[in-house]
Amino acid sequence: MGIFNVLIVVCLGYVALLFIVAFMAERAAARGQSSWLRSPFIYTLSLSIYCTAWTFYGAVGYAARSGLEYLTIYLGPTLVVVGWWWMLRKLVRIGRSQRITSVADLISSRYGKSNTLAVFATLVAVIGTTPYIALQLQSVTLSFSSFAGVEATVPPFGDRNAMAFWVAGGLAFFTILFGTRNLDANERHHGVVMAIALEAVVKLVALIAVGIFVIWGLAGGIEATLAKIDASPIGTFTPSAGRWAGLTFLSAAAFLTLPRMFQVMVVENEDERHLRTASWAFPTYLMLMSLFVVPIAVVGLELMPAGANPDLFVLTLPLSQGREGLAMLSFIGGFSSATSMVIVAAIALSTMVSNHIVMPIWLWLKEDGGTVVSGDVRGIVLLSRRVSIAGVLALGYLYYRISGGGAALAAIGLISFAGLAQVLPAMVGGMFWRGATRAGAMSGLAVGFFLWLFCLLLPSFGEGVVLSAETFQNGLGGLAWLRPQALFGITGMDPLVHAVMWSMSLNTLLFIFVSLLTFPSPLERLQGAQFVNVFQHSGATQGWSGGVAQSEDLMVMAQRILGGPEAQSFFQAEATRQGLAGFLPEPIPDFLQRLERKLSGSVGSATAHAMVAQTMGRATVSVDDLLRVADETAQMMEYQSQLETKSEELARTARQLRAANEKLTQLSVQKDAFLSQISHELRTPMTSIRAFSEILRDTDGLQQDALRKYAGIIHTEAIRLTRLLDDLLDLSVLENGQVNLNQRDGVLSTVIDHAVAATGAGAGRMRIRRTALTEAVPIHTDLDRLAQVFINLIANAQKYCDAERPELTITVQNRGASVVVDFIDNGSGVPREAQALIFEKFARVSEQKAGGAGLGLAICREIMARLSGSITYLPGQGGAAFRVTLRTIRTNAAK
Amino acid sequence: MGKQVLVIEDEPNIIEAISFILMRDGWSVATHSNGQDAMQVIRACRPDLLILDVMLPGRSGYDILTELREDTDLGRLPVLMLTARGQAKDREMAEKAGVSRFMTKPFSNAEVLEALRQLVPEE
Repeated sequence: MGIFNVLIVVCLGYVALLFIVAFMAERAAARGQSSWLRSPFIYTLSLSIYCTAWTFYGAVGYAARSGLEYLTIYLGPTLVVVGWWWMLRKLVRIGRSQRITSVADLISSRYGKSNTLAVFATLVAVIGTTPYIALQLQSVTLSFSSFAGVEATVPPFGDRNAMAFWVAGGLAFFTILFGTRNLDANERHHGVVMAIALEAVVKLVALIAVGIFVIWGLAGGIEATLAKIDASPIGTFTPSAGRWAGLTFLSAAAFLTLPRMFQVMVVENEDERHLRTASWAFPTYLMLMSLFVVPIAVVGLELMPAGANPDLFVLTLPLSQGREGLAMLSFIGGFSSATSMVIVAAIALSTMVSNHIVMPIWLWLKEDGGTVVSGDVRGIVLLSRRVSIAGVLALGYLYYRISGGGAALAAIGLISFAGLAQVLPAMVGGMFWRGATRAGAMSGLAVGFFLWLFCLLLPSFGEGVVLSAETFQNGLGGLAWLRPQALFGITGMDPLVHAVMWSMSLNTLLFIFVSLLTFPSPLERLQGAQFVNVFQHSGATQGWSGGVAQSEDLMVMAQRILGGPEAQSFFQAEATRQGLAGFLPEPIPDFLQRLERKLSGSVGSATAHAMVAQTMGRATVSVDDLLRVADETAQMMEYQSQLETKSEELARTARQLRAANEKLTQLSVQKDAFLSQISHELRTPMTSIRAFSEILRDTDGLQQDALRKYAGIIHTEAIRLTRLLDDLLDLSVLENGQVNLNQRDGVLSTVIDHAVAATGAGAGRMRIRRTALTEAVPIHTDLDRLAQVFINLIANAQKYCDAERPELTITVQNRGASVVVDFIDNGSGVPREAQALIFEKFARVSEQKAGGAGLGLAICREIMARLSGSITYLPGQGGAAFRVTLRTIRTNAAK
Repeated sequence: MGKQVLVIEDEPNIIEAISFILMRDGWSVATHSNGQDAMQVIRACRPDLLILDVMLPGRSGYDILTELREDTDLGRLPVLMLTARGQAKDREMAEKAGVSRFMTKPFSNAEVLEALRQLVPEE
């Protein structure tokens, strides 16, 4: 009774010491005097949380039962820390850059911030850790009762189960006190880490002290101890290769996937470089821890009565020798191992449960009632964590009760390891393989977990507790291939190796296979790239690609989660970064990303993402969202191209308008010029008429011949005037297309005959040369209009041919579909610069006045256009040369 | 022998009409129908007055008038311009070139004679 009371007092005192250390450390950290807290050795010591009561008590028991096999439990982590330090470095870098809070968060974050996956990983972690916590309860309870000795029932503890209950309750209380003072899981628990480091030292010192006592106090020196070991059955155990390989792999996997290991190794990590120290210091610690295991086991087996629990040799050996002080130290060491594990595991698990199960449900419930910001999120988070801690310990206690508390510590621990190792494929695959998908991770994890459940966890309760003896014997539902310890008919294997082999291999295979089959969502691919290439771009997380968030809403929400001062200083810093005064930064993606990261320290990345999304009035960024963003982008690009088309159209219209305007202006200028020219052409004959008529009127005694001559001039000029008016009207009609064509069948030679006769050219000074044979071409056209053209051309030749003996050659070439008529005289021709102008109205080029109005060729051109033919000037023929082309075949166009 | 008038005009009938009325009024008349060598003819002829058409083959009446006004010897020669182009801008161009009198065709014979008398008063 007395010693038991002392024990209670010592325990409480020890806890109080831990609490003071933790408090001091946090105070120091808050004051910024935390440089010594950030020592790599503190980090290494915190890693020693790997060594729990299992290691402290159980390793000796393990050695007593199975020889050197216990070493595998140290071998795995050593291999990881020494050989895989680069992978640990990557894990730590990812954890820091993405502000990962737990294993579940890591998996969820990697696979597109999937909450489903997070929930499942959390369940795996909680269920996987439960036996482990039960193990700690069992060891503490055992150690208590071994001190209690005869007094098996001690008030107020009652029997052993009641004692376990009190232990669980005390640990829960202690953990809540320690672990939920700070909300931000990523705002490192300096106090907890410091306390753990202290506990690491305590348990090492205790174990070494017991070891020294056993070797030099009991066995009589090293040589004697070695002799005893040789003599003992431990030296003669034949190691099973399968179990050694399996256990080494398991402990290595567990080192990476245990929630508490992840907590101290990644979440609490201050500096990546600490890993370098840990890579040699941690194996050294493990070696020291394992150094005295075998001697204690051998001496214990020798000295302790048969049937004594070898798991408690560390405690019972000194106790049986009356060394109560040493026993007390040993007890404290075991207590340290157990409490540190429970505290950190419970913190890690409660973070997961709260972030991935409680908060999403709460958010989901809140979604109907209002916005995220309306409730006190901070309080909810803290409460859910506290409840989670209690729940985790309650589960541990439950397991302890169901399993009966009689199993070997190491066996329980290995069940835990195997369960948690199921996360390994998704975790490692996600870090190194971009092709890994959520579906792959989910299916691998599910299959591994259920196989573990069926083959290892449920059978661990014993036959008839959860699984009936019938199931053990004949398989689930009578199916022989579904026997939990002989899956698919494979028998004769160690149950643990059997379960690990099946669960891990099928887990890994399915993970790879499903990943290959499925296509990752955009967010998954983004996160995958961030994880796999974490060293290329640390710090960037999946970003917010737009959307208008209310900064004020974000701030209100952040205050509820981070607390007022913290949130305010964060927002102020962000605003300053953006060059703004006050507390409200613009909700740019950069800021939202940092906010999300900051929040994810408190509530996990998936939840933080969801909360920011909700505050921004958006659902989480899902594939649909990304697709919508892509759609919007595409739509905007379409609008842009439409705008471009529109502006192009406008530019084109403007160009057309400008061209039309230019044409109109040009037409107007042409019209003015035309009027001016008509005026000139009309005024010239009028001038003569007026002048001579006045002469006739005013001159007395005018000679008869002068009189006749002047009257003749008046007459000629009047006719010229009339012809001019006729030409103008003719041209106007032709140009307006209002001309009526009288299309008839005829022969070309007849038309030429008519034209020559009309001009009187045949009888005149000018000689006409024709070839009658070629002229006999049948034509269908307006014969009168064609004759008008020919008359014009012959008359022009008569007027302008300046040769001594003028000659006009008319040649006809029948070209099948068309016929060509050339009029070539032997004069000096039309100057090159004037050739382009001669078909224009009033474009007289000759210096001599020939009496024409200057409209002849313009009329010819219009006529030929109406007759679907053409008239052109033919340069290089010596004299003036005109070519008339017209169709010989009847066409509709010639109607 | 009256004062001499040089008529530069390309329309033969108009030359004939002007020549007739001028001679009837006692003027001595010389004619020329080309713009190209008009300046040489003017220098050679040294008339008391010049009747100038605008639309001349080879060179426009405006050009000839402009050159005439820059000539120290012939700069003060009275010039009556007769043109079939009677728009306002034609008159402006003529005045800018330094015309003494501008008349549009068809003209009144009496007005032309009246203008000549004003431009070359009797001594």
